[in-house]
Amino acid sequence: MFDKLALYLQYPFVRYALIVGVLIALCSSLLGVTLVLKRFSFIGDGLSHVAFGAMAIAAVLKVTNDMFLILPITIISAVLLLRTGQNAKIKGDAAIAMISVGALAFGYLIMNLFPISSNVSGDVCTTLFGSTSILTLSKNEVWLCVVLSVLVVIIFILFYNKIFAVTFDEDFAQATGTKANAYNLMIAVIIAVIIVLAMNLVGSLLISALVIFPALSAMRLFNSFKSVTICSAVLSVICALSGILISILAGTPVGSTIVAVDVVAFGLCYAAGIIKGRKK
Amino acid sequence: MALLTVQDLSLGYDGHTIVEGLNFTVNAGDYLCIIGENGSGKTTLMKTLLGLKEAIKGQIEIGDGLKRNEIGYLPQQTIVQKDFPASVREIVLSGCQSRCGLRPFYSKEEKKLAEDNMKRMGIEALAKRCYRDLSGGQQQRVLLARALCATRKILLLDEPVSGLDPKVTAEMYSLIANLNKEGIAIIMISHDIAAAVRYASHILHIGTSVFYGTRDAYLESEVGMFFMKQQEGGEA
Repeated sequence: MFDKLALYLQYPFVRYALIVGVLIALCSSLLGVTLVLKRFSFIGDGLSHVAFGAMAIAAVLKVTNDMFLILPITIISAVLLLRTGQNAKIKGDAAIAMISVGALAFGYLIMNLFPISSNVSGDVCTTLFGSTSILTLSKNEVWLCVVLSVLVVIIFILFYNKIFAVTFDEDFAQATGTKANAYNLMIAVIIAVIIVLAMNLVGSLLISALVIFPALSAMRLFNSFKSVTICSAVLSVICALSGILISILAGTPVGSTIVAVDVVAFGLCYAAGIIKGRKK
Repeated sequence: MALLTVQDLSLGYDGHTIVEGLNFTVNAGDYLCIIGENGSGKTTLMKTLLGLKEAIKGQIEIGDGLKRNEIGYLPQQTIVQKDFPASVREIVLSGCQSRCGLRPFYSKEEKKLAEDNMKRMGIEALAKRCYRDLSGGQQQRVLLARALCATRKILLLDEPVSGLDPKVTAEMYSLIANLNKEGIAIIMISHDIAAAVRYASHILHIGTSVFYGTRDAYLESEVGMFFMKQQEGGEA
């Protein structure tokens, strides 16, 4: 088994996949805690569908680097979703459902009307479940991903205390002079960036899993915001790494393997949380 | 100069007015209770005072060296907070956020301030405990300690005793009264007219008729007498 792994690791595309996978897992888990606690889990899902639609448009327009189209569209949608979400809870929910399903439908429609290759259903499957895209990354895409992830991590660390304040109590933060709306906007933009990045790894349908599972798992085990955040980052990286390795060795699709590992980890943390709770 | 001067203030949602013609002042050391029925606009008033909402008409002036971001606020608990994984220390410290400005991390003085305020509220032993595991009264103390990190002069409390049992309610009231004795002006929204009359120095009654004045004047006023009688009747 290790021979096989060593053999695979000689290929640059496998190493790229590992680097990108770890970075994306790290970024997506950082804001996961905030998203779950702010009841924004579904925004991730909605945005990923928007990103799918944007990707379809980019493919049809034959944009050389599709990131430059997908990223702005997703960021704008994130801002719009967050705005409506603040005014009324139900309206926000409905808005997310509307945008996400609409984008999904239009994306598929466009891909069918203007097929870029003979295998439309294969293309769709790849964008939705990310079956091979992580293994076909070019060097430029890897660099873009590295730069964006490092940026996300730096911003998260610098604004950690403010993100905490806004997550825990938006009204209080704003009343005492923290610009809560600006930070909400920042959170939305970062989520959009993460989602576009994560599309390569797990495909657009499975992204929310990457965002919420590590956070939920960590929340079972730890009692402070800092430890929950650190734990969810560590968990996410471990799950992504082992998911990628398993998928290479067993020949399973990368995205769904990673999410499956995340689900198993959540199960274990849930059980551990119950045992820990009983001991008290 | 008063800490807070409100002139001819009108409040409401989406252009629809709920209350109008509010005039009152809050001086250093005052204890103002805002009472009134549900939907009379108490919480809207508080949100307007805090700058979270725009007033329809009128002015709120802040004076006596008080700054906008130096108002301590104890909000009603939200559902999000009920199962929030955060330690008591983290939450209290977040009250210092307004002092940070754009600085990303807390300074030593701010950490010290958080420690002091935890001691002041008698929750220093809980510092590492998780907020969601605490009792209702303990949670309120945590939020009060956080509010104290944000202010030295004025506290706005939105129904601080709702959902607490009678013993904890009494503790909470005496805690607030002590803070008031230390010189912090209190503005409190309350349903509990009896407690309001017992602790407050001034009363603002909003509803179909608006009353503002000292506690004694309230007890002699028509509105005051009507509600006191109603409450006695309700309790008997």
